[in-house]
Amino acid sequence: MSDLERPKGASLEGDRAPGQHETPSLRGELAGTLWGLLLAIGLTAASFWAVRTPLIYGPGLAVALLVLAVAQMGVHLVFFLHITTSPDNTNNVLALAFGILIVCVLVFGSLWVMGHLNHSMAVPDNGSPMQP
Amino acid sequence: MTAAPWTEPDGSVHGGRADVGHGAGGAAPKGIVVAYGFWIFLISDVVMFSSFFAAYAVLFKNTAGGPAARELFDLRNTAAETALLLASSFSCGLSSLAVRERSLKWTQLSLLVTGLLGVGFLLLEAREFAGLVARGAGPTRSAFLSSFFTLVGCHGAHVTAGVLWLGTMMAQFWAKGFRADICRRFLCFALFWHALDIIWVAIFSLVYLVGTLPPELLP
Repeated sequence: MSDLERPKGASLEGDRAPGQHETPSLRGELAGTLWGLLLAIGLTAASFWAVRTPLIYGPGLAVALLVLAVAQMGVHLVFFLHITTSPDNTNNVLALAFGILIVCVLVFGSLWVMGHLNHSMAVPDNGSPMQP
Repeated sequence: MTAAPWTEPDGSVHGGRADVGHGAGGAAPKGIVVAYGFWIFLISDVVMFSSFFAAYAVLFKNTAGGPAARELFDLRNTAAETALLLASSFSCGLSSLAVRERSLKWTQLSLLVTGLLGVGFLLLEAREFAGLVARGAGPTRSAFLSSFFTLVGCHGAHVTAGVLWLGTMMAQFWAKGFRADICRRFLCFALFWHALDIIWVAIFSLVYLVGTLPPELLP
């Protein structure tokens, strides 16, 4: 496309919308989507397998599941939502990073504060007045 | 205009321009602005879900003498729901490609498959909820179950809205074709549907799989 055909300022090489495809070829896109599906299936299967197998150290299971979940979310972001680290994705990644920060503050902050609160109340686990 | 490859200070080379992402060259095209705005909405939606996750994590052990997660959740049902939603995410990705290729037949077909898989997911979830309520483990039983039904039910409500949106998109493609504004709406829909699957990944891992671990293995 020449510069004349495009309205001034409408740069296609500039920012990229989230979800917008990167490679122009259909074959490449199809392969990317298939890779995403395969990786997601693999990680899902690994999660469901992890809770059945005796091979994983028990107390580490919850962390293993968390790691697998985060990995699968990353796979979905890259292969289905087409969020990458390329410069034309800067705005999308910055918004996402801020969202992740807020999510972490909310979840871990709540667990931390409520854990301390429960601890300070010093009530026994069975039939405690803390239980609604 | 063909963009010349540009070398970053760190030595990486990309095909865009040097001033990408810095507002040079005027306002971005409408498609970029619309999708970016919707992206911000999705992230705020994820933040809302994270507060439900936090509530669930905090209230997980407050069963008020009622049934705990380990006695209630059926992982086979969860696996089936996960498979349906993952398959629908994949077929939604295919419909994005069909829209890009401007193929009405493949667009409608892949959207139909996406929607049917989504409806299948909703039916499984409704059956699970009905079973829980019938066993006396409804949302009023304990704080744990209130937070569970709020979190998973909110996701289900999102999927329901997504299925309705999907039907609207199919009707609009059928009636109006691949108009620029319809394609922008579709891009937002695809983002929404993929985001729902991302939230489900967190739900099946942290609510169902971690929830059914033996109590002594929980953190």
